[in-house]
Amino acid sequence: MAAGVATWLPFARAAAVGWLPLAKKTMPKPPVDKKSRNDEILFVNVSGLRFQTWKNTLDRYPDTLLGSSEKEFFYNEDTQEYFFDRDPEMFRHILNFYRTGKLHYPRQECIQAFDEELAFYGIVPDIIGDCCMEEYRDRKKENQERLAEDTEAENATDTPLPPHSTSRERLWRAFENPHTSTMALVFYYVTGFFIAVSVIANVVETVPCRPPKGSKKDLPCGEKYTLAFFCMDTACVLIFTFEYLMRLFAAPSRCKFMRSVMSVIDVVAIMPYYIGLVMPENEDVSGAFVTLRVFRVFRIFKFSRHSQGLRILGYTLKSCASELGFLLFSLTMAIIIFATVMFYAEKGTKGTNFTSIPASFWYTIVTMTTLGYGDMVPNTIAGKIFGSICSLSGVLVIALPVPVIVSNFSRIYHQNQRADKMRAQQKVRLARIRLAKKGTTNAFLQYKEEGGFQGRGSDNALCLKNRSSFEHQHHHLLHCLEKTTNHEFTDELTFSEMCMTESVGYRTSRSTSISSQQGVATSCCPRRAKRRAIRLANSTVSVSRGSVQELDTLQVHKTSAGPQSRSSLNARTEDLKLNCEDRDFTAAIISIPTPPANTPDESLPPSPAIPGILRNSRPTSFTHETVKISSL
Amino acid sequence: MGAVVGTLTLQTSRRRPSRDNLDDDLELSVVCHRPEGLEQLEAQTNFSKKELQVLYRGFKNECPSGAVNEETFKQIYSQFFPHGDASTYAHYLFNSFDSSQNGSIKFEDFVTALSILLRGTTTEKLEWTFNLYDINRDGYINKEEMTNIVKAIYDMMGRFTYPALKTDTPKQHVDAFFQKMDKNRDGVVTLDEFILSCQEDENIMRSLQLFENVI
Repeated sequence: MAAGVATWLPFARAAAVGWLPLAKKTMPKPPVDKKSRNDEILFVNVSGLRFQTWKNTLDRYPDTLLGSSEKEFFYNEDTQEYFFDRDPEMFRHILNFYRTGKLHYPRQECIQAFDEELAFYGIVPDIIGDCCMEEYRDRKKENQERLAEDTEAENATDTPLPPHSTSRERLWRAFENPHTSTMALVFYYVTGFFIAVSVIANVVETVPCRPPKGSKKDLPCGEKYTLAFFCMDTACVLIFTFEYLMRLFAAPSRCKFMRSVMSVIDVVAIMPYYIGLVMPENEDVSGAFVTLRVFRVFRIFKFSRHSQGLRILGYTLKSCASELGFLLFSLTMAIIIFATVMFYAEKGTKGTNFTSIPASFWYTIVTMTTLGYGDMVPNTIAGKIFGSICSLSGVLVIALPVPVIVSNFSRIYHQNQRADKMRAQQKVRLARIRLAKKGTTNAFLQYKEEGGFQGRGSDNALCLKNRSSFEHQHHHLLHCLEKTTNHEFTDELTFSEMCMTESVGYRTSRSTSISSQQGVATSCCPRRAKRRAIRLANSTVSVSRGSVQELDTLQVHKTSAGPQSRSSLNARTEDLKLNCEDRDFTAAIISIPTPPANTPDESLPPSPAIPGILRNSRPTSFTHETVKISSL
Repeated sequence: MGAVVGTLTLQTSRRRPSRDNLDDDLELSVVCHRPEGLEQLEAQTNFSKKELQVLYRGFKNECPSGAVNEETFKQIYSQFFPHGDASTYAHYLFNSFDSSQNGSIKFEDFVTALSILLRGTTTEKLEWTFNLYDINRDGYINKEEMTNIVKAIYDMMGRFTYPALKTDTPKQHVDAFFQKMDKNRDGVVTLDEFILSCQEDENIMRSLQLFENVI
């Protein structure tokens, strides 16, 4: 119910007195209203801009932030006001909504910022008034299209291949992005070439060649060099079939792939050949078969995989479907009207071409599109008059929806141009961001190197560079993380060095080699876990497999007596295998003193010399903590 | 050609009535009604200044022009009863509120009626109810008027009720009403009969107290 109507509710309830004499039973007790009836002015401070409003105004919409008790969370006792740290310009519109009951969309604001404010204040965007609804919807659609393109662009190009993808996934990627590998590029150009060859062959096959000796008639080349064309066709179809089967095999979702437009085009393009093979050499049937050959022209649509522009055109047509539909409908209406009129106008003429209304359709279409072949012309005066009206109106009917389609096409085309430009810019941007991030990464490692943790004394203070309090706190946080996980952050060089020495020295295996041996381990340490670990500790190393799995290890045992041990990179195969069987994953880093039920029974030989050796303790020892770091 | 001319004339003829409507709307919105002073209203009604302020703010927010016409009133009232058709009852209600019978409820009418209904004496309330039932304001309620009112009330219930509404339910209700109210059995109910009969009924008296603190 509209809030405005809520103002009238007390009035409607009072008017219920009119029912009392008629009532057969006593009225129920009214609900007790504990709220104070006195209206008061509330102060709302939004980033310094003070707004004042009646409490009643805000109470009109009890399912929003300002109308419910949620605003008490923002109440500032000292200043006796509600303080919101949000955009004051936007708040004006929000408050106007409470006042007038209509939500307006400010045209100069960014649509996403507006949406976020609405979400914060608990207002559903659907109640935007009619005056602003169209603008809002258009902008929102545009924004979503842009976002979709961006994500598509991100996913499509240049993301590094996931390390443990199957050959099937790699094949699919090669098909979708030919630029990723040379083989894919080669295959891309080869298929393109064969599409062109096939189309040209289809075309040339119908050109009349010189007749063979002993015959006067001109023969189409297809019938003269039947064998050559047949071989070429077979070769092309073989390549297309092979490509289709490979795509089908590589597709992540076969059903979805089979329903996609491109796959349908592929099938239609190669079907006529196979049907021709199967079909017997029957005179009647081969007539039908000849018409099937026309579907071979669909091979030209396979080019849309190779051409961006064609895809844009297809997308435009799809998005303008309603306008096209309207165009078609209005044309059909006009054609039928004029055809009927012309037929009846020309009915009297002897030997007229307008033999029936459907026959007049042809005349109407030719006239309305201003083609004017002249194979059918009206002879009567009435027919000529209506014919001229027909041609005049034809221009109008066609000219009306065309600008809409053109503007849609132009919008999508420009968006695409923008997407290409943005992709190029984004590469540069990402490189810059990565550089900046590395700066912070190295800051922490440098801090450690300079002995920031150990040497807190004054003599080391000189070594420490000037750092902001933010950095202090950040580093402290990272340090806490290290202490929690009993792992330390390191950089790539040190890590790779470590790996070398380990693999040579001890009978240990890194998680990477484990992954190759057991699929179980990989499933325990999914890619997502790595990413989360990266985000969690901002100053972790670059995305090298092993280093990240450093944080992913499932169990680290730390004896109270033993020295700080590094990661369980050097856990034995069996250790990690046992760990992987423990399936209670949690998303957070937990440090819990649990009885080590999953402790492996053997312990590694102690080797304090080389860091990073996992230490295991007997199950009986309860002084150590089991730290589980894992993610789902 | 004739068709073209025809369509052109159609356009012009259609334009005229819409322009009239537009002018009407402009007139209504231009005419703004202001209520009498706050002190006067306070003296005339049983509301305090603060309550009047709250009421007026709500009223002005809904009707910036200062008056409610019947259509708007019907729409508003119907929103409270989405199951059925509240327009007939709203029509009667509107007439009872519109003391000056000029087709619009101003703030004074609004507040006066509310004052009676919420803060008035029992007799005042019953009088107001009598005026509501007496559609033609002749001082008597006859069976026809009562049937209309009762039908309008049952219309607000809508179709889906339990137990299902029968066609003669309103009539039975009216008969029962007249049985109770019409003391001298002359087929009409006067104000005194009405008030007397209501005062005898304990249920009605008790219910009248319930609506005190709606505001």
